[in-house]
Amino acid sequence: MTASRQPPGGWIAEALREHEEHEEHAGRGQPQRAGRRQPGAADREQQVLDRIDRARKRRPRVREDRITMAHGAGGKATHTLIEAIFLEAFRNPLLEPLEDAASLRLGGARLALTTDSYVVSPLFFPGGCIGDLAVNGTVNDLSVVGAAPRFLSAGFILEEGFPVADLARIATAIRDAADGAGVAVVTGDTKVVERGKADGCYINTAGVGIVERDAALGVAQARPGDAVLVSGPIGDHGVTIMLARGELDIEADVSSDTAPLNGLAAALADAVPGLRAMRDATRGGVATILNEIARAAGVGVDVSEDDIPVRPAVRGAAELLGIDPLYVACEGRLVAVVDGGQADAALAVLRGHPLGAEAQIIGHVTGELPGIVRLKTAFGGTRIVDLLVGDPLPRIC
Amino acid sequence: MRFVDEFRDAEKAHALAAKIAALCEPGRQYKFMEVCGGHTHTIYKHGLEDYLPETITLVHGPGCPVCVIPMGRVDDAMHLAAQPDVIMTSFGDMMRVPGSEGSFFDAKARGTDIRMVYSPLDSLKIARANPDKRVVFMAIGFETTAPSTAMTLLRAAAEGLRNFSVFCNHVTIIPAIKAILDSPDLRLDGFIGPGHVSTVIGCRPYEFIARDYDRPVVVAGFEPLDILQSIYMLMLQLAEGRSQVENQYSRVVPWNGNLVALKAISQTMELRPYFEWRGLGFISHSALRVRDSYAAFDGERLFEVPGVRVADPKACQCGEVLKGVLKPWECKVFGTACTPETPIGTCMVSPEGACAAYYNYGRMHRQRVAEAAGTGGVTHP
Repeated sequence: MTASRQPPGGWIAEALREHEEHEEHAGRGQPQRAGRRQPGAADREQQVLDRIDRARKRRPRVREDRITMAHGAGGKATHTLIEAIFLEAFRNPLLEPLEDAASLRLGGARLALTTDSYVVSPLFFPGGCIGDLAVNGTVNDLSVVGAAPRFLSAGFILEEGFPVADLARIATAIRDAADGAGVAVVTGDTKVVERGKADGCYINTAGVGIVERDAALGVAQARPGDAVLVSGPIGDHGVTIMLARGELDIEADVSSDTAPLNGLAAALADAVPGLRAMRDATRGGVATILNEIARAAGVGVDVSEDDIPVRPAVRGAAELLGIDPLYVACEGRLVAVVDGGQADAALAVLRGHPLGAEAQIIGHVTGELPGIVRLKTAFGGTRIVDLLVGDPLPRIC
Repeated sequence: MRFVDEFRDAEKAHALAAKIAALCEPGRQYKFMEVCGGHTHTIYKHGLEDYLPETITLVHGPGCPVCVIPMGRVDDAMHLAAQPDVIMTSFGDMMRVPGSEGSFFDAKARGTDIRMVYSPLDSLKIARANPDKRVVFMAIGFETTAPSTAMTLLRAAAEGLRNFSVFCNHVTIIPAIKAILDSPDLRLDGFIGPGHVSTVIGCRPYEFIARDYDRPVVVAGFEPLDILQSIYMLMLQLAEGRSQVENQYSRVVPWNGNLVALKAISQTMELRPYFEWRGLGFISHSALRVRDSYAAFDGERLFEVPGVRVADPKACQCGEVLKGVLKPWECKVFGTACTPETPIGTCMVSPEGACAAYYNYGRMHRQRVAEAAGTGGVTHP
């Protein structure tokens, strides 16, 4: 006969203890009314949903004692890590909004500052390479907070044995991308680590941009009645990278959408005074941004699957692999929230720009179900769209 | 997209929903179990319940491969993975399943060599490329995935690979369905039969359900219209007083199954006397092990496996959820201590698990009903 062991202690016991303490605390303020009849199933379900709401508002804690791949995936674990470790340690008013770039004042000038690291594998893929991403990603993080990107830094971590020819190709791509975006790489750094301690080439870029507009942009500005737009088909980059790795034996005619969004973002901000927020949809995809809007502004977001543009090849690959294009990374698409009355104007502006030709209005902001993103499926049902858990596609950018 | 959009047509769905509603006897409640976790996923992902009258309840069954793996077995796998020179390969689904010392992901972060594969055959590639390592494939799943493990064993034997083995956790669906039928807690009106399992075993094995238990079974495909149509077919059987096995998924499922696949399984694997299922306990003849003739590729024989049974955490009610006795949200720790991010129970791990599907897609049932009644959402015909 097999031996038997008691249930494990450790993290499970801790999670349960936290759960109980929290419930006790939550229950204290709400004494049961006397003579109340037994709640029906629907009421009980609602109580559970309320309880989950409370649990989700708890202070984030990292339970794992080691970093896992999920911490880098841009989903829930990444959010938890950032809030529990970095925000805890660095907390200041400029960091706290956790926008793509910090907005600051320096000697009278209003600036935006951001940084991003690139570890994509493979380094070269259809539509671009790590160099394009390193420029465009940082340019886009500045652009979506309403800044005009100006100067970039570039730091390289190179693995012993990395071909110099590849590095030269990457450098050329960086120069071309910087020219395309109208920015200059003005400082940099180079480190080399032993073979096996890195995978070829990692790049970090930081960027500074100047903010010339008065309107404060941010996802917390979203309010009921606003429209949500996306600037083009989603998921191209993520699917391209996945297929480029050659592990899946699937071929499709897709290439990365990596592109600088400063022109498109500026055109939108100039023409649409009711612009509330922009985000570029990288790791975690459009779904993550919609959730960030819902959480930051305390609103509901309703989107329609039929209106979300996805290229057939991307949809096909995602379907085969059982992943949802809503969570797949883009590198040249932005999501915009605008005053509902200016939605059509915003759409016209986006479509008038080469990078926004396939833009769509994908949904709107509601006052119902705060914090929840609700999708009307193409099949005609409804479901929620939550933050991504786990990591279907590591090292996508 | 061809072969997909046809099966997600909202107009056809409305028409089917009207036919289903018309078959409902006033005052009667209907409970159907979708056996397969893939169906559970489809139902939630497409919001299919919006099309059903409130008198029809879908109960989620045990057909989720990672959900039924008991914690002790996960610990055994961890133990194997931690042996010197071992590379453990596993489907992605398995990576976040909690053992008593955390998941494969946690073990990987601690330095254990665990690699995700899309097919067991990829494990052979890894074995060939690493002749000084011992590659162990964590085989899980029902009859759906057993043939690919069988083919991998056959291939490994044909190549004479000496550094590849399988840690076999394949289970079979029929004993689990029987356990549910014999369970006193649950009264079901019919079954939405598992589609992909049936591509291998065919439809005949379900005949006892219709014959001995007088319940209709409709083997169904995985697109939302497939499931809606199979519910219609179940309702029609009930209305006409029939209990039969019908095949809605005939574009894929042959009535007699796939003989090549079945032969590969029986060549390499045999039934275990008994196997522990999470929540359902020990069920006799419900799982497969590697045959003696393939012992050289059997991880359980090549390595010492502790085989320690680990009781589930008391608060975890996966067992009741797997049997369909509890709705996911009725579990005490659902969504608070147990979330997809830090799952305690297996049902919260796999996208096919009922708890994960409900948490990720359905966590607003009440609002949905309210919407249907009022503000122009999907209305019941």
